[in-house]
Amino acid sequence: MAQFTLPKNSKYTEGKTWPKPAGASNIQEFRIYRWNPDDGANPRIDTYYIDRDDCGPMVLDALIWIKNNVDSTLVFRRSCREGICGSCAMNIMGKNTLACTLGIEDCESDSIKIYPLPHMPVLKDLVPDLTSFFAQHASIQPWLQTETAEPETEWRQTPEERSKLDGLYECILCACCTTSCPSYWWNGDRFLGPAALLQAYRWLIDSRDEATGERLDNLHDPFRLYRCHTIMNCANTCPKGLNPAKAIAEVKKMMVARAV
Amino acid sequence: MAEAKVAPRPLSPHLQIYRWSWTMAMSVAHRITGLALYGGIALFAIWLVALASGPSAFDAVQWFFGSPLGYLILFGYTWILMHHMLGGVRHLVWDFGHGMEAAQRINMARFTLVGSVVLTLAIWVTAFLAF
Repeated sequence: MAQFTLPKNSKYTEGKTWPKPAGASNIQEFRIYRWNPDDGANPRIDTYYIDRDDCGPMVLDALIWIKNNVDSTLVFRRSCREGICGSCAMNIMGKNTLACTLGIEDCESDSIKIYPLPHMPVLKDLVPDLTSFFAQHASIQPWLQTETAEPETEWRQTPEERSKLDGLYECILCACCTTSCPSYWWNGDRFLGPAALLQAYRWLIDSRDEATGERLDNLHDPFRLYRCHTIMNCANTCPKGLNPAKAIAEVKKMMVARAV
Repeated sequence: MAEAKVAPRPLSPHLQIYRWSWTMAMSVAHRITGLALYGGIALFAIWLVALASGPSAFDAVQWFFGSPLGYLILFGYTWILMHHMLGGVRHLVWDFGHGMEAAQRINMARFTLVGSVVLTLAIWVTAFLAF
């Protein structure tokens, strides 16, 4: 049975309110989830203020501004700052997205709330443990598998066959979709989740891949694939505009097609 | 060598902080209405048992279902049934891979709620006009 409430050690409390930037006229408030493994205390929500006139336009800019100017102990992942690495995935204003591609302005809030990706073990502050997320991705064997002799040059694909990978290959494995899925929250140990299943479909539909049967066998399981109940949070939240729910529906259709 | 002591990792907030979407809300509603239908079937079973038991039992059950509270319960049951039916149709369409684009999926979820209310009212208005 799913546990809808947070365990005792995970309940968060009101944290510290950090001082407003001196002399700033254009101030934006942030409420950010903090947890430090070293102090043994429960997570808390700290309040920060940034000077909009001194800060870039994106939420990630604000986090970096806070780390540089207010509180250097704030921990978060970031790298490319242009929506291609997937590092800065987090829950902003109740929705999972990339901090680097979401404008502060677009949050349309006096107080922007930021949490780590939902229902994950927290390593520190906004950094979740994604070990099992990546292990699940590995379990679908995300590489080309063939049996026929390797061609002299490359594996050929027509433009039509190649176009079937559009909307799939763009996935950056940021984990926004998987951690937005209530089914994954309750059964994340056995359900593969939208990101891994979208990747599974990416190889199932690849005209060059010859392991389709084995791939479907691996997914044919009440939990691995069929815990998807089309809740669609994945498609609603994907920062790249992809549709994992539709990919999963296509996998289910392939299952039916091979059974009849 | 001293072992590093790491506090047990907290679970990040989920249901508490996630913003509700139409598709998520209607999925939850589909579960709840599905569960509630057990209660509705029980009502129907009670009515059938009373029918088989004889006039006095049947009259008692008829009286209860005809009372204001009985009407309220039956009206609620009708809505639950309609909501679950439209939810089931929605999921059937999605299982065929249709209606999954952004605007479509939100509209279909909204339609479940609006459609179930309209159908429920239509059934009851028809029933009152006909009988």
